[in-house]
Amino acid sequence: MTQTATGYETVIGLEVHCELATASKMFCGCPNEFGDEPNTNVCPVCLGLPGSLPVLNANAVEYALRVAEALHLRVPERSVFARKNYFYPDMPKNYQTSQYDEPITVDGWLDVDGVRIGITRAHLEEDTGKSQHVGVGGRIHDAEFSLVDYNRAGVPLLEIVSEPDIRSADQAKRYVEELRATLLAVGVSDVKMEEGSLRIDANVSVRSLGSSAFGTRAEIKNLNSLRSLLRAIEYEADRQWTLTQAGDRVVQETRHWDEESGGRTISGRSKEEAHDYRYFPEPDLVPVEPTQEMRDRVRASMPELPAARRARYVVQWGIPEEDARILVDVPGLADYAERAVAAVSGDGGGSAKDVVNWVRQEVLAYVNETGLSPAVLAPEMLAELVGLVATGAISRLQAKDVLAESLREEKWPRTIVEARGIAQVSDEGAIADVIDRMLAANAGVADEYRAGEEAAKKKKWGFLMGQVMRELKGQGNAQVINRILEQRLTGD
Amino acid sequence: MADRITRADVEHVAQLARLALSEQEIVALSDELGAILDYAAQVSALDTHDVPPTAHPLPLVNVFRPDEARPCLPRAEVLAAAPAVQDDRFRVPRILGEEP
Amino acid sequence: MSGARTIAEEVRSGARSARDVLEEHLDQISRREPQVHAFNVVLAEEARAAADAVDAAVAAGDDPGPLAGVPLALKDNMCTRGIPTTCSSRILEGWRPPYDATVVERVRAAGAVVIGKTNLDEFAMGSSTENSAFGPTRNPHDLTRVPGGSSGGSAAAVAAGFASMALGSDTGGSIRQPAALCGVVGVKPTYGVVSRYGLIAFASSLDQIGPITATVEDAALLLEVIAGHDPCDSTSIARPAPALVAGLDESVSGLRVGVVDEMTEIAGIEPGVRDAVRQAAADLEAAGAKVDTVSVSSATYGISAYYLIAPAEASSNLARYDGVRYGLRVDAADVAHMNAATREAGFGREVKRRIMLGTYALSAGYYDAYYGQAQRVRTLILRDFERVYERFDVLLAATSPTVAFELGAKIADPLAMYLCDVCTVPVNLTGHAAMSVPFGTGDAGLPVGVQVLAPALGEPTMFRVARAIEQAAGSGATFRSLQP
Repeated sequence: MTQTATGYETVIGLEVHCELATASKMFCGCPNEFGDEPNTNVCPVCLGLPGSLPVLNANAVEYALRVAEALHLRVPERSVFARKNYFYPDMPKNYQTSQYDEPITVDGWLDVDGVRIGITRAHLEEDTGKSQHVGVGGRIHDAEFSLVDYNRAGVPLLEIVSEPDIRSADQAKRYVEELRATLLAVGVSDVKMEEGSLRIDANVSVRSLGSSAFGTRAEIKNLNSLRSLLRAIEYEADRQWTLTQAGDRVVQETRHWDEESGGRTISGRSKEEAHDYRYFPEPDLVPVEPTQEMRDRVRASMPELPAARRARYVVQWGIPEEDARILVDVPGLADYAERAVAAVSGDGGGSAKDVVNWVRQEVLAYVNETGLSPAVLAPEMLAELVGLVATGAISRLQAKDVLAESLREEKWPRTIVEARGIAQVSDEGAIADVIDRMLAANAGVADEYRAGEEAAKKKKWGFLMGQVMRELKGQGNAQVINRILEQRLTGD
Repeated sequence: MADRITRADVEHVAQLARLALSEQEIVALSDELGAILDYAAQVSALDTHDVPPTAHPLPLVNVFRPDEARPCLPRAEVLAAAPAVQDDRFRVPRILGEEP
Repeated sequence: MSGARTIAEEVRSGARSARDVLEEHLDQISRREPQVHAFNVVLAEEARAAADAVDAAVAAGDDPGPLAGVPLALKDNMCTRGIPTTCSSRILEGWRPPYDATVVERVRAAGAVVIGKTNLDEFAMGSSTENSAFGPTRNPHDLTRVPGGSSGGSAAAVAAGFASMALGSDTGGSIRQPAALCGVVGVKPTYGVVSRYGLIAFASSLDQIGPITATVEDAALLLEVIAGHDPCDSTSIARPAPALVAGLDESVSGLRVGVVDEMTEIAGIEPGVRDAVRQAAADLEAAGAKVDTVSVSSATYGISAYYLIAPAEASSNLARYDGVRYGLRVDAADVAHMNAATREAGFGREVKRRIMLGTYALSAGYYDAYYGQAQRVRTLILRDFERVYERFDVLLAATSPTVAFELGAKIADPLAMYLCDVCTVPVNLTGHAAMSVPFGTGDAGLPVGVQVLAPALGEPTMFRVARAIEQAAGSGATFRSLQP
């Protein structure tokens, strides 16, 4: 790693803001929807109109308890909401209802590639509205004015704060990936970074290798993709180390990741403008004291977590860890694969490994291309296709075509195969006839093969294979062709 | 004790509270807040060692609403109350401070 | 004029029309409102339509409800859909809420006719109704004097016969003190008994809506209508409204009554007020109650704790008035300056003073010494009262240390004004119930109120005792003598 080479270590703690996928907002009944017309999902409560009062969404609490189970967080007997006071036009009341000294969960961890990352706390708070800055460049400081939409105001957030246990940009990315998969698995968020469902602040500092003291940290805001997270941490660590090496001091401050200007962090507010949030207990809400019954209900409904699921696939299905990760990380893909595997088993048509190969390549490509959720696809269709290949009825190459049509047209593979008259020629006698005719016509090439070096051999083999396949209109069983061709050429 | 509140204190607090106080108000408030806080500081006369704070007079806990979406306000009515509107959004002068 | 209960009975039976009742009150308003200025707005047309609807319901054989045709005034800090709601502040001028407060829905559903919205100290911060952006309200008993505050408009409206009933809000005495100064009944229910949804917040952990009426019976009737659980208010107690009217005339014999030393025998209390409390205690004893004096020593710290906690909560509650979404805007080049200019122009002196005080009390370095300490003192006060209620069913105290004072007498001295609340704030800090009952006259022949205090949800007993005091005083006479 470059850091080892340059003699420093990066220390990172992440604050991940996760929008909870409840039906309604945190404190009112407005729909929790992304992308609606501006200022349509608003009411007296989330607009902070005079006289309105918040009432806590039961599911927001339940979701926090689910995350507590998944991240091994402790749930204190009592938690309270607090007001965080600061003026900002995105925030209708000019205070954010959050949690401060008594959060709903504390002290947990998440294992990332065998390294345990501590989680300090995960607390509930409300999201703010969104400002659009209008004017030169659309950036905040150049703007002439801003336009505010409060649809997002009051959407429930879970802020998950890690310990400063992360040591590289890459590990930070892996932590977020693992956290994302976990949040998805427990069903509390759609974790769509591109829609702001997951937003990250990174606390970054550097220190000499071997040092155990923490350096002065900067908090980088506005990290809305894994790419930004990676690049911003790398940039910031390098900036800080360069400063330190030049004998300058790192200033404790907020910095913003600026993607447009070529990717750098820029200083936010200075120390003089430091906020004084004047936290105090929110008097319009009462404390939350999760009961044993609430905890038990959550525990009973916990799904299998990503790490366990991956491990199970590796053992049960005999697939590589990397394939298991792809299945688990893409929303809905693992469920789809499990149902497809269940559908092939018994018919003698194909293995789980075959299914996974199709899922992580063709099906994933289709999902990425169309933006559809795997949940809307019928796994039985894939199972049928895998069966057709396994029994030799069609070739892999043919199957690719058939699957594409099956997904697109929502047709059963067998129907497509029959309609198009696709069939694999596996009859050994018929194939042997074709090969013998072809070898007779290309006797020179066959001789060159027998006499040639490894590289030349490969080339000639490919040519001969191609000739046979052409004769069979691409429907020949490749395995059978290979076997017979080899017999003929090696003279066995 | 009467001069516990300085002019700088008043200016700092006014900034936190977003009040563009006049010169005369700054002067008056320095005295008034000092006098009121002197009186209020009587609370420190009581020994509150081991006394928990009461944020709320009621011992209520766990008040929730079911997670059900309900109708919202008509947008026209919401925006009609606003001092300035553009493109169905609330228009505000440019924002200089960073979002916390 | 007659009491609200009689009006409702007569309207329900068809003996009188709601419209006639309303017109009598509108006549009274046109005669005396120019001098008193109890209202920010009189809703004559809306009220006529509401009264006619009540009469139509009666004609159709339907029951319009327990407040059928009763003209009722709302303090102008309760939201009314489509009707301006100002808190007597420039910052909310012109704002029309898109929703009704829960109490407004409930009084209307009970058949009450909302006649207007009453003046108050801006955002309910004050004890004289002089801190209104729209000018002071005057005491109907003596127009040179204040009606008390902050619900001065509501108390004056009932005292002057403009409305048969009114709703006020009480954060540190804002119902009870003006009721005492205007010679009417004022109730601060147990915190959580009446929904705060739609009440524009001053200090959320202290605010409570309650009735202001001519008689104890009317107060009981109105509280029965507005009380009861509201799912829109997380701090609302999940119980139905208590039955109050039915038990009003039960004997007070055997009840244990404590006269609170720290809220009666205090420096600066007018002898007339102190004598009224002593007399009320004697009258209760004569009626069979067991009366004793009692000390609640921490109550003397009530004002100090209150004037840290209430402004702290207010500083946060009032942050939303920023010129972005509704109300006043004073333009400036950037949003922070726009906020500051708007708030500077839109808030009055007292509101700014309390925002500053509260912001300071919560700010870094001062939180523990001020706000935190005040919340711990609040615990001590609560514990003291709970201990006392092990020995007493109700407590007795002065409501206001003085009768109504002259306009302008205290406006220049904030601390002197704050001390008006010395007998009332402890109950807001504990969340318990209390009410003020008119009890004769004191200095300058002006009304005096006696305060009855009860533990949480002790309203039924509190009302019985209040009724006994009212009967002993014959206080209805004070009220009726004002009518032309």
